[in-house]
Amino acid sequence: MSDTRKILVDPLIDKNPITLQVLGICSALAVTTSLMPALLMCAALTSVTAFSNATISSIRSRIPNSIRIIVQMTIIATLVIVVDQLLRAYAFETSKQLSVFVGLIITNCIVMGRAEAFAMKNPVGVSFLDGLGNGLGYSAILIFVATLRELFGGGTLLGYRILPLVSDGGWYEANGLMLLPPSAFFIIGLLIWGIRSWKREQVEHADYQIHEVHRTGVL
Amino acid sequence: MIADLFNLFIKAAFVENLALSFFLGMCTFLAISKRVETALGLGIAVVVVQTITVPANNLIHAFLLQKGALAWAGLPDVDLEFLGLVTYIGVIAALVQILEMALDRYVPKLYNTLGIFLPLITVNCAILGGTLFMVERQYGFAESVVYGVGSGSGWAFALVALAGIREKLKYSDVPDGLQGLGITFIIVGLMSIGFMAFSGIRL
Repeated sequence: MSDTRKILVDPLIDKNPITLQVLGICSALAVTTSLMPALLMCAALTSVTAFSNATISSIRSRIPNSIRIIVQMTIIATLVIVVDQLLRAYAFETSKQLSVFVGLIITNCIVMGRAEAFAMKNPVGVSFLDGLGNGLGYSAILIFVATLRELFGGGTLLGYRILPLVSDGGWYEANGLMLLPPSAFFIIGLLIWGIRSWKREQVEHADYQIHEVHRTGVL
Repeated sequence: MIADLFNLFIKAAFVENLALSFFLGMCTFLAISKRVETALGLGIAVVVVQTITVPANNLIHAFLLQKGALAWAGLPDVDLEFLGLVTYIGVIAALVQILEMALDRYVPKLYNTLGIFLPLITVNCAILGGTLFMVERQYGFAESVVYGVGSGSGWAFALVALAGIREKLKYSDVPDGLQGLGITFIIVGLMSIGFMAFSGIRL
């Protein structure tokens, strides 16, 4: 695989920002009750990450090391303000639903993390791709969680009815838990379990090893 | 009045817990919850910073940024609302820095305990989130003080509780793929169900 392609594809599963790097979880859980706000959030975060990476990378040799966090913050905050104003102008209803979470992209660790770990050391082009890749890796998880939650929580996708509800004479009993905060934790926890059973090298090791004899399977 | 404020405190700390029902500050929440002692240190730091930044940003919003807020300077038509985000994060970063220096000078013992956590708090979304909720819900000054204390302590409380559970969890036999991050998510989910029991409480 070529280097450029690797930078773009790696964050999708192998180095996913949410399930492996533990970055940007806050907003991933909050905006996923239905698919539409999740999609907007993905677009907003991906563009902010890509452009902040590119901007920071282009002036990386001029940023004094001691004030780099403030410089990065200012660049990111400016980009987020632009995105916020655009959303308010063209998608007002959904931007109301996203409430404070657009503003919170500023403190989203993916943006800061990639700026600090990648953009400060690499040229503009690849930094842009790295931002794009990480944004897409985040989006993949968000879309997966949002699809599950909207489909099973309300029987709809993007507002279209997929599973007819019992209350409307159909057969599907809506699962209310899916719309509440705990389900987001469960879905991501199980998703991590799934990914790590597939990609064994991502498994974390326990702090303590439980002796084989004490495992219930052996007794 | 007092009853309203107390109600707001309970609501901010339990019913609308920043960590468990708005998922704010999750990254730190998951990373710094392995031991109760460190969790307690970070918890206290968050309460302190939250209590100072929410009212400070409230004043800035009311007297500088809000539409018509600059009337006292002879500029009644100016609306600087769009500068909100960059201002709030600037205020938070600056306050954390000042707090760090002040603690280092006057309370070195507390400074050493909090040490590495203080700078981390700048990028904790629970802090910025608290400010943004305060602006969105248009709290007054007194409400913003109560909201700052309440939301900060709710977050700290959830963090310490999670750390306690994770300390016990070291001795359990978790399936390989679920080890670490996976099982932590499931636990937080269960805690979040527990906290839902508080919803609907009014005093």
